Amino acid sequence: MHFSPHGDFYHVWIYLQSGPQLGLVATLLVWQGATWLDRRTGHASWSNPIMISIAVLAMLLLATGTSYQTYFRGGQYVQFLLGPATVALAVPMVANFATMRRNLIPILIAVIAGSVTAAVSAMLIAHWLGAPRDVVISMAPKSVTTPIAMGISQDLGGIPSLTAIFVLLTGVFGGLVCMPLFRALRITDRRAQGLAGGTGAHGLATARLLLESETAGAFGGLAIGLNGLITAILVPLLVRWLGF
Amino acid sequence: MVGAITLLLVCQLLGTIIAHAAGWPIPGPVLGLVLLLALLVWRGGPSPALHETSSGLLKQLGLLFVPAGVGIVNELHVLRTDALAIAVAIPVSTLLALGVTGMLMQLFARGDR
Repeated sequence: MHFSPHGDFYHVWIYLQSGPQLGLVATLLVWQGATWLDRRTGHASWSNPIMISIAVLAMLLLATGTSYQTYFRGGQYVQFLLGPATVALAVPMVANFATMRRNLIPILIAVIAGSVTAAVSAMLIAHWLGAPRDVVISMAPKSVTTPIAMGISQDLGGIPSLTAIFVLLTGVFGGLVCMPLFRALRITDRRAQGLAGGTGAHGLATARLLLESETAGAFGGLAIGLNGLITAILVPLLVRWLGF
Repeated sequence: MVGAITLLLVCQLLGTIIAHAAGWPIPGPVLGLVLLLALLVWRGGPSPALHETSSGLLKQLGLLFVPAGVGIVNELHVLRTDALAIAVAIPVSTLLALGVTGMLMQLFARGDR
């Protein structure tokens, strides 16, 4: 037992590293800070609490020489909730079920085409530009909401944490470009805008479209769930078909 | 709230069991989503407790993907070596998916906008 202040702190640090508290509390505190910043800046376009939290925590790990494995002893408790959160996506889908049934065929055509376009173009471009197989596979479900995307990536031999980053980049980019793109392509139908945002860039584009119209937001929510489902079914087949 | 979380977890567990037993390459929670969707359509909507718990969970969805994202510290070499592939593939495929889905839906959708 050391009685110097330095020695005591060192032992507390080692003790905490063996348990979940440090990683869990760090995740929650950093998240609170990032969402506080987001509110303070009036939800500025550069202020993305998810990206900021990840960057701050990653820098903390690198600065303190803590391994991801050690951090994840606490992080896993937050990540576990992704499973029930995925199931919970069924609830907003039910609210739009009547609207969905009226245009079932157009919705299915558009979402299936968008799902295949996103996965195939991402995989082919990454492959042509020299990315190895695990990166190409991690790229395939990048338009899908994170919990589903990570599950798909894991099952096919991708790197789930890399997929999580690709999903975030897709969402941030999609949220920025969706409205200018719709104007350029003359996509004025709110239902089409919402469905495209939810299919191409999941929740982050949907959040952007919700500022434009409630209808677009509702179709975005519907597309997030539907595209997750369709991509989970189609991507394993597409990966086999493309020979990755 | 405990009842609602139990229902979500039971759906997830059944989805995982069915996917594994049938050998389907679908994540268990996704199949759980389908099971819950079928149940809610049959019952005519969620209970107030389920509605409250789900929207609470989905409102904080961002937090739930932070721990996985922090895994970036183990993948920094990938981001460096494949920077070009990533920087081209993500924007191009996202623009294509947004455009294709939007144009097809606008072309085929019927009824009021």
